[in-house]
Amino acid sequence: MKHGRRGPAFWLLAAFFTLFVMFLYGPTLTILVLSFQGPTGGLTFPLVGLSTHWFYNLFETQLVGDIAGALKRSLILGVVVMIVTMVISFSAGLAFRSRFRGSSVLFYLAIASLIVPSILISLGIGLLFRVLGLDPTWYTSAFGAHLTWTLPFGVLIMLAVFNRFDRRYEEAARDLGATPWQTIRHVVIPIVLPSLIGVGLFGFTLSYDEFARSLYTAGTFNTLPLEIYGMTTNITTPVLYALGSVTTGVSFLVIAVALVSLAWVRRRRARHGSDAGKAA
Amino acid sequence: MTRISRWTTYFQITPLAAIFLLFLVVPIATIVVVSFFDYTTTSIIPAFILQNYEELLLSPVTWQTYLQTVEFALITWVLTLLIGFTLAYFLAFHVRSATWQQVLFLVCTIPFWTSNVIRMISWIPFLGRNGLANMTLMKMGLIHQPLEFLLYSNFAVVLVYVHLYTLFMVVPIFNSMMRIDRSLLEASLDAGATGWQTLTNVILPLCKPGIAIGSIFVVTIVMGDFVTVRMMSGGLSASVALMMANAMSLLQYPAAAANAVVLLIVVLMIVVGMMRVVDIRKEL
Repeated sequence: MKHGRRGPAFWLLAAFFTLFVMFLYGPTLTILVLSFQGPTGGLTFPLVGLSTHWFYNLFETQLVGDIAGALKRSLILGVVVMIVTMVISFSAGLAFRSRFRGSSVLFYLAIASLIVPSILISLGIGLLFRVLGLDPTWYTSAFGAHLTWTLPFGVLIMLAVFNRFDRRYEEAARDLGATPWQTIRHVVIPIVLPSLIGVGLFGFTLSYDEFARSLYTAGTFNTLPLEIYGMTTNITTPVLYALGSVTTGVSFLVIAVALVSLAWVRRRRARHGSDAGKAA
Repeated sequence: MTRISRWTTYFQITPLAAIFLLFLVVPIATIVVVSFFDYTTTSIIPAFILQNYEELLLSPVTWQTYLQTVEFALITWVLTLLIGFTLAYFLAFHVRSATWQQVLFLVCTIPFWTSNVIRMISWIPFLGRNGLANMTLMKMGLIHQPLEFLLYSNFAVVLVYVHLYTLFMVVPIFNSMMRIDRSLLEASLDAGATGWQTLTNVILPLCKPGIAIGSIFVVTIVMGDFVTVRMMSGGLSASVALMMANAMSLLQYPAAAANAVVLLIVVLMIVVGMMRVVDIRKEL
């Protein structure tokens, strides 16, 4: 397969791949275009002029609910979930390197957390708070619910990373007199940093976009996906698309930040790379 | 291991254990307990009755809904598997430069980090009565009236499932494929196998773990979904989770809980069946 000219199979598959990418991104691009619909335009083509009317509409009127508040709550929640996911996943990754009682139970709990339908976790936490007489809020119950979704990804990524981690680096650091904390700070973290950035990306975006796990756990104040879902039933103007474009824009911004940081880490490594074998 | 380092390990793992205990184990236990409770129109009453399960399992609506949900899951599974496998195969064996491989892989995964609800909404301008699909088909003269089944139908539900969840197949299958020793393929071709024979006799069996992981994701998500069904079928179709959500909105918490327990058992049985093919811990 590695040699010779590209056969018809390649072009057929390439065409299929291209079609799939269009299928994947086409709808998102369409609502991006339609969110610039003129003030008199509707939910479908044709475009009746171009304007930013619906974007203003989004934050101006209180007609459509508390968009700004929901966006703020989702951003705060996303950032906190991201940080907590990174810290706990990293810590758990370190712990999973040694055998301890309950390690396989915890591993299977992480898997269970991934495969138990989100709506059940949402329902369970909602019921639990109800039985305990507590009010669910976005920063308590929904926060916990989101962690049950982001942590399995974080923990599995860290497990995979530490499976390939060369412990001799740590031993070397210890031999050179580093304290355990210094070893982690100056040796372990820099080595696993790219994966930690990845864990952070999962942490933020999965929380920011989570719907089902927020449904019975967010309480009185909606997070953004809940607010959007509420809008779909009673809003029939392109303001819906404007909101979609803004939301997707935030996601893309976060993805871009993660990718740029990854590239930055990689370049830094190339510059301050290993000096092995270069000794005089 | 010294005593101190054992304590360190427990210290490092406690946050994770605490979160899973508080927000996974205890809530699921709560569902199980509440499923035996009694309820009136305004309150839930602690009790131990089997009535919730009786009402659920003796109702033909339940069985129809489960059948419908399993059907959605099966159709989505077949489609995402075929499409996902083809895409992964192209990426792993036909894209030659590692950079392009990474870029195209990223292109497939980026939508995973964006909002599902928004991605569902994005289909409205395509599938609606006056949407792009109908307009295009009418202009081409293929149809004379707009097709009504495009939006708010089972077709739309499955389309969106494929749109949202194919990447859950692509990622693990691609990972499996990248682990295949390339010399095996050379050997297969040298031994006289055609490309197709190599695909079915060498690549496919070696991709089993990836296929199993992808299948677990897709099937469990579809089995537990209600947002897609509600939004894309416009209330015309049902799913188990939707039935549960309806019971919740009527404040019939114990009825919803009993349904949740049954759904959980069904999903776990499916997963255990699929896990026989793969040891997840070895895959990391």
